[in-house]
Amino acid sequence: MRFGLTEEQEMIVTTVRRFVETEIYPHEEQVERTGEVPAEIAGAIRAKTLELGFYACNFPESVGGAGLGHVDFALVERELGRGSMALTHFFGRPQNILMACRDDQTERYLLPAVRGEKMDALAMTEPEAGSDVRAMKCSAVRDGGDWVLNGVKHFISGADHADFFIVFVATGEDQTPRGPKKRITTFLVDRGTPGFAVRDGYRSVSHRGYRNMILEFDECRLPDGQVLGEVDGGFAVMNEWLYATRITVAAMSVGRARRCFDHALGYAAERKQFGQKIGKFQGVSFQLADMITEIDAADLLTLMAAWRLDQGLPANREIAGAKLYATEMLARVTDATLQIHGGMGLMSDLPIERFWRDARVERIWDGTSEIQRHIISRELLRPLGA
Amino acid sequence: MKVLVPVKRVIDYNVKVRVRADGSGVDLANVKMSMNPFDEIAVEEAIRLKEAGKADEVIAVSVGVKQAQETLRTALAMGADRAILVIAADDVHTDTEPLAVAKILAGIVQAEQPGLVICGKQAIDNDMNATGQMLAALLGWSQGTFASGLDIEGDSALVTREVDGGLQTIRVAMPSIVTVDLRLNEPRYASLPNIMKAKRKPLEEKTAADYGVDVTPRLEIVSTTEPEARAAGIIVGSVDELVGKLKEAGAV
Ligand SMILES: Cc1cc2nc3c(=O)[nH]c(=O)nc-3n(C[C@H](O)[C@H](O)[C@H](O)COP(=O)(O)OP(=O)(O)OC[C@H]3O[C@@H](n4cnc5c(N)ncnc54)[C@H](O)[C@@H]3O)c2cc1C
Repeated sequence: MRFGLTEEQEMIVTTVRRFVETEIYPHEEQVERTGEVPAEIAGAIRAKTLELGFYACNFPESVGGAGLGHVDFALVERELGRGSMALTHFFGRPQNILMACRDDQTERYLLPAVRGEKMDALAMTEPEAGSDVRAMKCSAVRDGGDWVLNGVKHFISGADHADFFIVFVATGEDQTPRGPKKRITTFLVDRGTPGFAVRDGYRSVSHRGYRNMILEFDECRLPDGQVLGEVDGGFAVMNEWLYATRITVAAMSVGRARRCFDHALGYAAERKQFGQKIGKFQGVSFQLADMITEIDAADLLTLMAAWRLDQGLPANREIAGAKLYATEMLARVTDATLQIHGGMGLMSDLPIERFWRDARVERIWDGTSEIQRHIISRELLRPLGA
Repeated sequence: MKVLVPVKRVIDYNVKVRVRADGSGVDLANVKMSMNPFDEIAVEEAIRLKEAGKADEVIAVSVGVKQAQETLRTALAMGADRAILVIAADDVHTDTEPLAVAKILAGIVQAEQPGLVICGKQAIDNDMNATGQMLAALLGWSQGTFASGLDIEGDSALVTREVDGGLQTIRVAMPSIVTVDLRLNEPRYASLPNIMKAKRKPLEEKTAADYGVDVTPRLEIVSTTEPEARAAGIIVGSVDELVGKLKEAGAV
């Protein structure tokens, strides 16, 4: 059993950490204040990431990526997790699902995404279909040789900057012993396609500047060539590629927790009350002990899940466990850090209240904590017939 | 022309150092170590010379413990072509002294025949600021210290030096030893392809004995102490009060 990182991994960590500290941190305050990432800053982050060969590093070398394994990529995400998501969005990591591109889709979507020329967004969720993805109403029906899409998606991250969208829609229904089940197909939809509109979404308490949008399809006509993967194969595409993206949520949570923890530790060692450093009070020091232990545990769970993917071992339960534990850990760590800072922790003069707000969404998106528990328990009970 | 760049593994500049209980130095076990920041600048300058077609090969060298291999990999990931690790100590707390390092480097220079050695002006751990100068003396080469600018012009080089209150430009004959200052350049990040390539670049392992150098310390560290804690400040209510306090303290 070896827990050490390779020299390459150490250097990846050092490089990404330094990148985040020097290219991301200095702009965070502005993004928080304005809720926007100015185009020049976004462009500069993208250009530097491209120059460093980190853009789309999660893609295989055969398509121009860096071919990082799951552990390597989790380390990249972990360090990026320290910085504002609105900004690190431009340290591009296109959706891996684009590897399902075929024929001219490769030239039109996959390669431009890897080269940083086009950005993608992924749309599954609908107002009435969140955790229950299969309840989606957004549908596509055959009309001549085309598909006609109707419906609405919401909460779509990065849709403000996206040039094209990976959209999951219902293309029929199967009768199964457990009731009707929607068949789902994945489409590639260009911004500006007639019948397709991107509208402003809601204002989220988490990750200011990392906006979510509403997508509307109204008799939106798409040719067959826009289907990603197989017709009715949307669930297979989803399962093949999306499980692994949950590791990124876990990894980012670990990175952010470590950054937050450094603030807690530093403050506990400096702040004096009752004539002594507050870190001298066991009520504070034991919190620190619990925090770092939980962070380390989440780090190990995350890297272990990624390692299982690299080894080709079954990993769904482990990924769900890492996502569940790391995001809940982040909630506790940010909350405790805020408590240790007292009133000052609530003030936007320090980044603590931001870490605390940002932490909240991690337990919701990419599958809520409850859904992760569902995945974990199902894996355990199903073989027993329960 | 070959360029030799010595790099030192030192405690990371972000780490809050702690004095060891016995006062023999600072605690280096289990703390983050990195390349000496001045050496990063030296590596960067060497790579730029290569990119500008003024150097053919950049060789990074580190003298110290085996773990300095990581530091060399960083230099390789930045763009150095190959590396030489000279193991001169087993314990991470053993600091090889400047004279021993300079003698080993002189041995390497003899073997490799570089046209230029670029080193950091000092290492941020012990702030000796001696190795480059000693190496120049041992080799009988010219030296340009505290460089904030470097221009190679055939068999001589212009070195801009940061001196009190201004800049001084000197011409040195090649081959030369140049020690670099903070403002010479801004070191690059290691790119991902270079990080991946670093492993495949040659890293030769040597020992101090290979160069016939005795690394036994000549200096004795008598004690190491934490800097004195800063006295608490006071908040003054007005400019008058400030002036009064400064007068009291004899500062104005
Ligand atoms: C800021 C933000 C950005 C997002 N970005 C994207 C995006 O880019 N693309 C995208 O497709 N989606 C995105 N989402 C959607 C996100 O994945 C969903 O919000 C999430 O899956 C939960 O769906 P829901 O919000 O509809 O909640 P619901 O599914 O309605 O859940 C409500 C509550 O019921 C619980 N619950 C539901 N089912 C069960 C069950 N079986 N057992 C126990 N409890 C259950 C949930 O855990 C939750 O507590 C984003 C969401 C947010 C908030």
